[in-house]
Amino acid sequence: MTETISERSSQIEALSLVPKADAKQSMKDFKSDQEVRWCPGCGDYAVLAAVQGFMPELGLAKENIVFVSGIGCSSRFPYYMNTYGMHSIHGRAPAIATGLASSRRDLSVWVVTGDGDALSIGGNHLIHALRRNVNLKILLFNNRIYGLTKGQYSPTSEVGKITKSTPMGSLDAPFNPVSLALGAEASFVARTVDSDRKHLTSVLRQAAAHPGTALVEIYQNCNIFNDGAFEALKDKEQAQEAVIRLEHGQPIRFGALAPDGFGSKGVVRDPATGDLKVIDVREEGTGGVLVHDAHNPSPTTAFALSRLADADTLHHTPIGVLRDVDRPVYDTLMSEQLDSAIEQKGKGDLAALLAGNDTWTVVG
Amino acid sequence: MTSQVSSRAEQTDAALVGEQRTSGNGGEGKEVRRLDRVIIRFAGDSGDGMQLTGDRFTSETASFGNDLSTLPNFPAEIRAPAGTLPGVSSFQLHFADHDILTPGDAPNVLVAMNPAALKANLADVPRGAEIIVNTDEFTKRPMAKVGYATSPLEDGSLAAYNVHPVPLTTLTVEALKDFGLSRKEAERSKNMFALGLLSWMYHRPTEGTEKFLRTKFAKKPDIAEANVAAFRAGWNFGETTEDFAVSYEVAPATQAFPTGTYRNISGNLALSYGLVAASQQADLPLYLGSYPITPASDILHELSKHKNFGVRTFQAEDEIAGIGAALGAAFGGALAVTTTSGPGVALKSETIGLAVSLELPLLIVDIQRGGPSTGLPTKTEQADLLQAMYGRNGEAPVPIVAPKTPADCFDAALDAARIALTYRTPVFLLSDGYLANGSEPWRIPDVVELPDLRVQFASGPNHQLADGTEVFWPYKRDEQTLARPWAVPGTPGLEHRIGGIEKQDGTGNISYDPANHDFMVRTRQAKVDGIEVPDIEVDDPATDGLGANTLVIGWGSTYGPITAAVRRVRGAGERIAQAHLRHLNPFPRNLGEVLARYDKVIVPEMNLGQLATLLRARYLVDARSHTQVSGMPFKAEQLAEVFKEAIND
Repeated sequence: MTETISERSSQIEALSLVPKADAKQSMKDFKSDQEVRWCPGCGDYAVLAAVQGFMPELGLAKENIVFVSGIGCSSRFPYYMNTYGMHSIHGRAPAIATGLASSRRDLSVWVVTGDGDALSIGGNHLIHALRRNVNLKILLFNNRIYGLTKGQYSPTSEVGKITKSTPMGSLDAPFNPVSLALGAEASFVARTVDSDRKHLTSVLRQAAAHPGTALVEIYQNCNIFNDGAFEALKDKEQAQEAVIRLEHGQPIRFGALAPDGFGSKGVVRDPATGDLKVIDVREEGTGGVLVHDAHNPSPTTAFALSRLADADTLHHTPIGVLRDVDRPVYDTLMSEQLDSAIEQKGKGDLAALLAGNDTWTVVG
Repeated sequence: MTSQVSSRAEQTDAALVGEQRTSGNGGEGKEVRRLDRVIIRFAGDSGDGMQLTGDRFTSETASFGNDLSTLPNFPAEIRAPAGTLPGVSSFQLHFADHDILTPGDAPNVLVAMNPAALKANLADVPRGAEIIVNTDEFTKRPMAKVGYATSPLEDGSLAAYNVHPVPLTTLTVEALKDFGLSRKEAERSKNMFALGLLSWMYHRPTEGTEKFLRTKFAKKPDIAEANVAAFRAGWNFGETTEDFAVSYEVAPATQAFPTGTYRNISGNLALSYGLVAASQQADLPLYLGSYPITPASDILHELSKHKNFGVRTFQAEDEIAGIGAALGAAFGGALAVTTTSGPGVALKSETIGLAVSLELPLLIVDIQRGGPSTGLPTKTEQADLLQAMYGRNGEAPVPIVAPKTPADCFDAALDAARIALTYRTPVFLLSDGYLANGSEPWRIPDVVELPDLRVQFASGPNHQLADGTEVFWPYKRDEQTLARPWAVPGTPGLEHRIGGIEKQDGTGNISYDPANHDFMVRTRQAKVDGIEVPDIEVDDPATDGLGANTLVIGWGSTYGPITAAVRRVRGAGERIAQAHLRHLNPFPRNLGEVLARYDKVIVPEMNLGQLATLLRARYLVDARSHTQVSGMPFKAEQLAEVFKEAIND
């Protein structure tokens, strides 16, 4: 796989303009000399290792890779990558990265953000980046809590959460980041889990190859302020029933294995409501089970899949790539307008611009 | 009809030329009178096309070679209720056969397209001035709407003026009767009829306007020809009707201008061109991140037209994203700009602080308007000076450059770019609504005269560690400028991380060390304090060794009215010195010494004394603040009174 994506990277639109590395890279090429300062046991370590381990696969010149982040625990990420990086201000990373990516198509630009950074203070920038489809890869570390400010509830915290700022329980309903991204016209939306390195890497691989904005929600454990938030998805026994692993072209099946080698639960469309529901295929058969189509131009089914998860128990949480469709890429279009302006008007002539066409002359 | 110029006070910068003759291009036997200068105000409903009419008259006047200065004045509402006082839109133009500095205090001619326009503007019109009214609109309802119980055209209330009652609407419709237009469509051309009439009165060249109309309405040739016909009908009306017995000539201002090729230019256009020129001179792509806001949006519109110069314009989701994208582009090696007005600056403040910390070049263009909050979106003010100076958390010094006239916005933009690129810092360019929309002749610079703004990106290691290893330190500074290296992504070996957290001197790594923070705060301040700016020049013409004892000092767009007032005061035999600040941070090195030279220092500002506050704090000078926050520029006559009082105090 390593060689495959590296070889392919010149054909992948998202990466075609990014110069390639001269030599084979390894994980350590992507480690900076800075000491990692997350809390021991933080899920961020796993994500950092997965990203550093995955980067050599792309085979890109590392000087052409940039990580931009906002504020929060996860936003320290760029300091630990031996690439170019910017640790900016709270919520604004998508806007800053948009300026960088739209002016420098030879760069591979990654945004690292958290649930507070991306969905609270920076919510506006996130939805607009998604709608524009700028060539950015956004890694949204969702731990459902504010870590850096020491444990207030976040916009993805479950209702009723007891925190320092909500001693009687939080009142506001949470965002589902995948649903939000789909509603914001995102062309690529995926979800993965910090502890599942293989799955995380496969999602990163698909995100990197996607032309346009890719949003990857990473469920990430904060062992200090919200430990075990995703335990239902990680505990082997529970996970079987809780996690719906989506793979393009495969029937949407999960749960304990049925005799046919797939899970015993399946996702079908409810003919009465048009919504999706989970059935036991051993009782109801496999006939109606949906085959996952990440490339479906309509986001409707992906949205319905994103709604299957129970906000409290996390049961029926889909992970994997929910949506991956081709849509015109903002920075490509911007660049094409510059080219066509030159074709139509010729390269700009400053003297002609300044003179305009309504002048008079004063002679001494 | 005896005089176009209303009072002696108006006349102090030059005398009326009394030469009279007949004919010329005026009508048969009509008198032609020569004037040295005229102030015309076109006023009408927001939908009457007064801004366009003013623009066209300005273009005609510019191409004729007069010196000129303009003041558009319009409501924030796109179409305020028709015929009401809040819906009145006006355009004032001052043109002359000599060097002038302001759009003029009071109009010699008012063109009032309806009763609201007359009522809203009459107080500014001196007695004896000419008023051309569209009588068709002086019917019961439009008059009642603005509180005229009786017609001012008939009740004698305008007896002190030279009123020309002209049925502009009827005449326009009549002139266009063969064009097959509806009455409503035909009526729309009445502004061109008025323009034609005024063009005749002042002997303006007409080819430009006809060409303009045919280009503007290229897709609707019928409408183009109707407008041309209305324009010509207005001209012919002036030539034939007996009511207009005199036409006027204002000779080209040949003495006022150095040799060169000129065009008319507004502040926002000059500023846009300055940005494009800076990008060309720096050999860096221009990147504008912006969110629409009055009165800055025209810069976004203008730059969006110049993609063939490699200009990228990004209309962001909000003000914060506008500057964020610009800062991202700056990190990538672009000449990055964000354009806004005061409320937008407030939103951008945190990102400006980040730019201070990242030490990346970034231009923040603030076209100031009346505040606080939404304030007066279409009116002018200078009340963002302290916001630009101090409006951030922490010690976050930002250089400030302010243009003084519309055309000067071009040079100021280049200067701001020079500072940003040389010192790797965000820079404020403080224009305002008056400069943005006002216009004046501009000597088109030869491209070879423009400054070289090319920069050197970092290309390799800049530091040797104790063990001899060559490394790149993103915060190792240039000894002279204190600027840090600009190492853009894509440069091998210089991978580095920067951020808003305090950085260790040199390495740029995160550092919470107390002594390091103290050092870094002082170093960032020292970098801005050390920016090279030219000494301030003082205009103090008294050569008898005594000099003036009073100095007037301003900044930004008050240059025109202050200078005009200074001329009046000197014309009356008084001594007064004048200086004007382009650089407000850092101040010119000699400023303290200049201020100390004078007994009295007057600081006129369109705010409540922000520059005065800075001067007092910095130089312990007893600056006298003279302020006005009406949303309108100072009037030269009023300033002259203030200066005289101060001199004789």
